[in-house]
Amino acid sequence: MSDNLNTRSIGARFQQTPAKAALERLQKLFTPRNLGGLLVSLGRLGVLIGVSYAILFPLLAKIATSFMAEIDIFDKTVHWIPKHFTLDNYRNAIKYMKYPSAFVNSLALTLGLSLLQLASCTVVGYGFARFDWRGREVLFAAVLFTLVVPPQMIMIPLYLNYRYFDFFGLAKEMQLNLLGTYWPLVLMASTATGVKNGLFVYIMRQYFRGMSRDLEEAAYIDGAGVFRTFFSVMLPSAVPAMVVVFLFAFVWQWNDYFFVNIFAGNRHLLPNALAQLTGEYSRDLTVAGTEHVMRAYGSLLNNAGSLLLIAPLVTLYIVLQRYFIESVERTGLVG
Amino acid sequence: MAVRLKKGHREALSGIVFTLPFTIGFILLFLRPFVQAIVFSFSRLNIGAGGYTLEFVGLGNYKNALFVQPEFVRTWVETTGMMIVNVPLILAFSFFSAILLNQPFKGRTVARVIYFLPVILASGIVLQLEQDNYFIESLQDLEETVSGFMSLETLGVFLMKLKLPARMLEFIMAAVQQAPVIIRNSGVQILVFLAGLQSIPPSLYEAAQVEGGTSWENFWNITFPMLSPLILTNIVYTIVDSLANPQNELVKLIRSSAFGPPGYGVSTAMAVLYFLGTFAVLLITIGIVSRWVFYHE
Repeated sequence: MSDNLNTRSIGARFQQTPAKAALERLQKLFTPRNLGGLLVSLGRLGVLIGVSYAILFPLLAKIATSFMAEIDIFDKTVHWIPKHFTLDNYRNAIKYMKYPSAFVNSLALTLGLSLLQLASCTVVGYGFARFDWRGREVLFAAVLFTLVVPPQMIMIPLYLNYRYFDFFGLAKEMQLNLLGTYWPLVLMASTATGVKNGLFVYIMRQYFRGMSRDLEEAAYIDGAGVFRTFFSVMLPSAVPAMVVVFLFAFVWQWNDYFFVNIFAGNRHLLPNALAQLTGEYSRDLTVAGTEHVMRAYGSLLNNAGSLLLIAPLVTLYIVLQRYFIESVERTGLVG
Repeated sequence: MAVRLKKGHREALSGIVFTLPFTIGFILLFLRPFVQAIVFSFSRLNIGAGGYTLEFVGLGNYKNALFVQPEFVRTWVETTGMMIVNVPLILAFSFFSAILLNQPFKGRTVARVIYFLPVILASGIVLQLEQDNYFIESLQDLEETVSGFMSLETLGVFLMKLKLPARMLEFIMAAVQQAPVIIRNSGVQILVFLAGLQSIPPSLYEAAQVEGGTSWENFWNITFPMLSPLILTNIVYTIVDSLANPQNELVKLIRSSAFGPPGYGVSTAMAVLYFLGTFAVLLITIGIVSRWVFYHE
């Protein structure tokens, strides 16, 4: 080993022949350190390919299948590329889901609910972050508690409360049926108890806690009240965290089927339309096919419908991916 | 002194006002149904034209859920067991993914986008449709033909040749089978670890370099302890996330029992048992993990 080092350093002192130089360059390239780096890169590439495969495969397979005609599913020789390319699956899914109107309704509802959630969670998060009072810790424990109770547990009482709505026991004789209206969802969103809202309260609290108190102190000295300070000083500085909360609220609300199905199952919304898609289609069938064939075509329809449901979100995600991926850093949730 | 007291009062008042939306929502839309759920679980519910009436049945619903319903105990044990197996796997996967995605390399943005994609795709109704679906069966056929190199049978045969102990073999096979589930449920956890990695002060690594630490030592002495509080955060998130998963078998059973034959009372009893079990697992995990979590500062 030391011999080798010696000859090399001596060799460097004398004039080098081209062959020697090439050999030396090779030696430099294949030092243990470089080899290790190469192995790490290869290993990383392997892991990345494997994981991307696991994530993308189902999606790509769905997309490929969505262009297949029914015979192609039964044809064992068809992989990925349809033999009978067709847009019929999409055409039928759009027709029987009444996609355009369902999309507009879903978009309006999701936007409205996620804005309400953003407003309520921001205000509540600020309250937890900046003010101290007896019972604050208990109330914050309540926020975390809402996260660990499975929604199925309170599903039935909630359902009955809205079925025979009596203003929470205040007006016993009035029994409105709020099921099938958006009221239950609106009430939940505006009181920070909607889908994963505890998490958003937590995010906003952490963000406000991390902000410097100087701005607020200055505003108070200038005579601004608590609310004025909050709206004109704190809110503009909290925009990064609010963007994150809004995006997650939007995605999770769009994907929610649990609450939408219980409280507004009869409304013309995308998830409901998708759930009823095959039923709507088969009702319209003039020639009754065998059940087996219907099941196969139904799954093709559901497949196209599913893609239509997630397409807006995937588009949103690709356009705004930076906000999603940097989300946790932006909110200062961690450090 | 008087001014101070006044200020304290005002602060308390402001806090109460700002958190009022949640307080109202918590009491009326959460605590009230929560208490009602517990009452329901001890009652028989009769729904009439003008509302519902309750009839106290003691532990009847719980006895029914535990001893009469054929599916419940098995599904409960399976779901909880699955959660206990999945949590460490998800944690390990997201931990190493975050370290991987934190390294500089070409195409890192694309890789991050793909890793996080499952969070966007987790649509309730789509997942529900994908459960018993004819089309999915044919998809799986496709998957097997495409991924010959990853087929389970081949792996099983290969592992047999290595003469591994049977129990270890079973575990490896189960882990491989679970791989897609693990990967698809790790998105948020990866983000949390990534943010954590970026919040580690570079000065720590610089100091280690001066001392001559290898990257292996750096990992165990700096990276791992600095991320350990987030391990706790992620364990809690993973457990909570599994509760709301539409593919959770027990959740489906609770739902179908509510609107099916055993009825509301039994379904609520099942939900209460599920909640208590999960809560216990959560507390035990927090108790064990928080012992060795390292807090900086």
